[in-house]
Amino acid sequence: MKKRLLGMLSFLLVLSMALIGCSSNSSDGGGSKGGGESADGGGTLIYGRGGDSVSLDPAVVTDGESLIIAEQVYETLVNFDKETTDIVPGLAKKWDISEDGLTYTFELEEGIKFHDGTDFNAEAVVKNVERWLTSNDEAKFAYFASQFGGFKGSETAIIKEVKADGDNKVIFTLNKPQAPFLKNLAMSPFAISSPAAIEKYGDKYGENPVGTGPFKFESWKRNDTITLVKNEDYRKDGEPKVDKMIFKVIEDNSSRLNALIKGEVDLIDGLNPSDAEKVKSDKNLQLFERPSLNVGYLGFNVEKEPFNNPKVRQAISHAVNKEALIKNFYEGTAEPAKNPMPPTLNGYNDEVKDYEFDLEKAKKLLAEAGYKDGFKVDLWAMPVPRPYMPNGQKVAEALQADFEKIGVKANIVTMEWATYLEKVQAGESSLFMLGWTGDNGDADNFLYTLLDKDAIGSNNYSRYANEEVHKLLLDAQAETDEAKRAELYKKAQEIIHEDAPWVPLAHSTPLLAGKSTIEGFFPHPTGSQPMGDVSIK
Amino acid sequence: MSEIVEQTQLPPSGPEVNVNQEEKTVSPWVDVWRRFRKNKAALFGAVLVSFFILLAILADLIAPYGFKETALENKHLPPSSDHWFGTDEFGRDIFSRVVYGARISLWVGFISVAGSVIVGSSLGIIAGYYGRWVDTIISRLFDILLAFPSILLAIAVVAMLGPSLQNALIAIAIINVPTFGRLVRSKVLTVKEEEYITAAKAIGMKDSRILLHHVLPNSLAPIIVQGTLAIATAIIEAAALGFLGMGAQPPTPEWGKMLADSKDFIMQAPWTVFFPGIAIMLTVLGFNLMGDGLRDALDPRMRN
Amino acid sequence: MFAYTIRRLSMLVPVLLGMTLIVFSLIHAIPGSPAQILLGQQASPEAVAALTKEMGLDRPLYIQFVDYLKNLITGDLGESFRTRSPISEEIWPYLAATIELALFAMIIAVIVGVNAGIISAWFQNSWFDYLLMVLALVGVSMPIFWLGLMEQYVFSIKLDLLPTTGRDNIRDPVTAITHLYLLDTLLQGRVDQFFEVIRHLILPGVALATIPMAIIARITRSSMLEVMRSDYIRTARAKGMSMLKVVYKHSLRNAFIPILTIIGLQTGLLLGGAILTETIFGWPGIGNYIYSAIQFRDYPVIQSGILVVAAIFVCINLIVDLLYAAIDPRIKYR
Repeated sequence: MKKRLLGMLSFLLVLSMALIGCSSNSSDGGGSKGGGESADGGGTLIYGRGGDSVSLDPAVVTDGESLIIAEQVYETLVNFDKETTDIVPGLAKKWDISEDGLTYTFELEEGIKFHDGTDFNAEAVVKNVERWLTSNDEAKFAYFASQFGGFKGSETAIIKEVKADGDNKVIFTLNKPQAPFLKNLAMSPFAISSPAAIEKYGDKYGENPVGTGPFKFESWKRNDTITLVKNEDYRKDGEPKVDKMIFKVIEDNSSRLNALIKGEVDLIDGLNPSDAEKVKSDKNLQLFERPSLNVGYLGFNVEKEPFNNPKVRQAISHAVNKEALIKNFYEGTAEPAKNPMPPTLNGYNDEVKDYEFDLEKAKKLLAEAGYKDGFKVDLWAMPVPRPYMPNGQKVAEALQADFEKIGVKANIVTMEWATYLEKVQAGESSLFMLGWTGDNGDADNFLYTLLDKDAIGSNNYSRYANEEVHKLLLDAQAETDEAKRAELYKKAQEIIHEDAPWVPLAHSTPLLAGKSTIEGFFPHPTGSQPMGDVSIK
Repeated sequence: MSEIVEQTQLPPSGPEVNVNQEEKTVSPWVDVWRRFRKNKAALFGAVLVSFFILLAILADLIAPYGFKETALENKHLPPSSDHWFGTDEFGRDIFSRVVYGARISLWVGFISVAGSVIVGSSLGIIAGYYGRWVDTIISRLFDILLAFPSILLAIAVVAMLGPSLQNALIAIAIINVPTFGRLVRSKVLTVKEEEYITAAKAIGMKDSRILLHHVLPNSLAPIIVQGTLAIATAIIEAAALGFLGMGAQPPTPEWGKMLADSKDFIMQAPWTVFFPGIAIMLTVLGFNLMGDGLRDALDPRMRN
Repeated sequence: MFAYTIRRLSMLVPVLLGMTLIVFSLIHAIPGSPAQILLGQQASPEAVAALTKEMGLDRPLYIQFVDYLKNLITGDLGESFRTRSPISEEIWPYLAATIELALFAMIIAVIVGVNAGIISAWFQNSWFDYLLMVLALVGVSMPIFWLGLMEQYVFSIKLDLLPTTGRDNIRDPVTAITHLYLLDTLLQGRVDQFFEVIRHLILPGVALATIPMAIIARITRSSMLEVMRSDYIRTARAKGMSMLKVVYKHSLRNAFIPILTIIGLQTGLLLGGAILTETIFGWPGIGNYIYSAIQFRDYPVIQSGILVVAAIFVCINLIVDLLYAAIDPRIKYR
């Protein structure tokens, strides 16, 4: 009797083993067949990422996970170059700028059709721009309002009007010159949608995107996958190289890498810096580094004690060991920051000499400022990983240890990300960690957006106000000569360095990893890129 | 008046009491201990719990390093004679952090359960004793709270209060309130029906006195049992909140938080994930075994 | 019986209403405006204000609450702030994922737990009995999020036997019909996919099953022991009935009620435990849905999500109570 029971047990055991065993073989088979081994390209490219898109209508979103889809489905009038933030032709093959910088005339590519079969032409461009410009809907078209100064009729609005001249000419008239105008137009939120589709789908357009890009939208399983298929009529010959792209959400960074190693996905973003070595040493994988377009920083609220005293801010600046932070928490995938903007941008001031790590000097400065015995302070640390700072909490812990050595007792405070932003914005914190990823690769998008007195209450979390800097930044906005602009920005960085409203910490290099069979992929500094020219060997 | 009451020889406190004044304070507990001692599993549980309590108390003496003593050059060392459990990404000694972690987990366990017991029993007494609409409202409130999946409720509470160990503790205390509330309420209801209480009331005994001398002692045994088991749950829940980043904040060596911080390194340094988890499991096991043993010892009828 | 059912059902209403009120006040007390989160760090304060207005969050709270209730009554769970689609349409795939996982876990727990309990009881005081009971004790005390991590480490990373995340093979995704993938794959005759889905279910399923499995094993063992001591079982054994027959037919039927209670209670707990398991295994279930909604302050999703889960929980308990009453006539209806 007992034997029969034991026999049943062992049968169950064998059965379960068999299940695990046999199907693990089948998955190996699945892994290799899907990767698209055909020599002539094709196949499916699966891109693993950390979060889902919000909406597929690029005009109404601000998040990277939505914009990376927009890059595949849509195109913009002008494009960023593959590896830099220089401007190259896109849907417009060439353009003219008037002397005064107030009129932009774009000549469009001809014979292009949207994915729904309707024609792309000057009228379509005008309809798109009018949709943003006249909406007056701050909530919906927030990005437009922030990049182009506001909606039609508002005092700060950059664009006065937009007109079609024949079928393939579009003329923009501006209220005042805007130096980064073309760079703004190259941003994926300002991609051109099919006007017919916008009308047809109405509120549901965000789930039914129609553009002219290399891939057509197929399906969207929320929080799971977005599937795109090849646009057979794409204007660039030979592109896209793969037949299908799937964007798969795998939230946890290490699980995502694990999925790549197992061959479940082909390409992943958000690689933990600590896993870089592992990827490098695996011959089936390759590592991609996204050129830095960001800055992570420790901010002071310059309105609050004791940081209203520049000496205190300088003292803290001397107490931060950037090299050690980068070595340990960015695993070397970042460079130390000394200015509030990344070095790849035009106008970066390399002559600025950083505050060196020197605890004695820091103590001396503190004593001069009247804080011989240091002080207690709440150090606010970001609760979530951001591209500019993969691990804010851990950086904060390391800062805490260094500050203790100069008598500054920091108490790490954290809260939910949304609350965090809101409270820092309201000026509730006196010492906080934050960062910024550039939108369009222009110095204005860092210095004016983050440190001008106009931006207090929005993105100038330090509440730093300096008249001289303000004037320099406004002059730079109106200046169309790139060399002269650069000089203005360099001057501004010197003053900012002296005032030290921040301790710029690092410009991080976000890491991606992919199978070694992937070719033609280059992670663009702005955070997303079209992948029509990516292929799988 | 009070004299009369004393002479009425009401059946007094504690479980299984039927003897005279002197023995009643000693005998039942001796009896409980005798039964508890025979239960090997329960004894083992008590040993585990005492072990972790000792760790918590003597952490300063036992831990070879400080819990926030960083040494970045010692990052991710595997277990060795210098670092028994290896080191984490800050080069901190995991053994020391696990030892200090005992303090945090036990503290959260005891304090949150104490909170739940106090609030729960008060509500239970009020509901049971006053009955009618008061009872209806309080009982429905318990029903409602019990209908939530507890961890979700805790997450919502922490999201509202902000993530910190203290708020996690409050959240855990809240989700355990109805357990004790219901328990005490049912005891009150049983006691209320007893003839001697009717008698006591008839001779004018005060409500507060009845509660203090008859209801509470009667509820003590089940509260101790439930409390011990609830400490086990509370420790797991605190660790779960820490794991989700909604509990203890760095550099606090809370076990759940330690797991969350090191799970990204599971491929390179599995020991960083292994030991905090074992610590949680053993502590919880200890309280569970002890709770089971106490239940069997205090009231054999409660056995299932 | 009928009257009892009605009474129990009518008690559901105030409970669900109370839950709605609690959830509503809780999440509106959470600091952080949904508009700010939706628009992100780059947004201007004007944009945030405009979106707040559009979402109706600038109205007095009681009006928002009454509105929400009104919609609930008509079966409208509201619209997600983030995706702007109706929650009643959006919630099913998540719910189905969780139901599939919870059912799978429950089946493991019952099959393994009940059998282990019976075997333990039958071989009482043997080494096998001791081993199983020790395992059961450890199982009850298991932090499942840690168990999940360990499972991933051993079975997925080290041994490379099972997948770490998700429900299906990304390269060969299941075409959803009911969103219960085991059912869907069978409906489409895709046996290969069926086994692929099972493989994805094993690790999270086992993690989620551990605690209920241990509890069921212990309960089964003790109730089996009690039943086996009873006279009629002894008679049956003495009459030479087959052991399996004795055990499964007589003993199990008698031990069924306490086991059923535990199963009912544990299924409810499974729904809650799912949130931890789902985060670790990237399972696109209701736990993940609500958890990410909390991060985005997606009020309607948090409210309706928690409410749906709680409603299911309450209903399961109701069904168990009714079953309980139906099976054992000795139990009086309260």
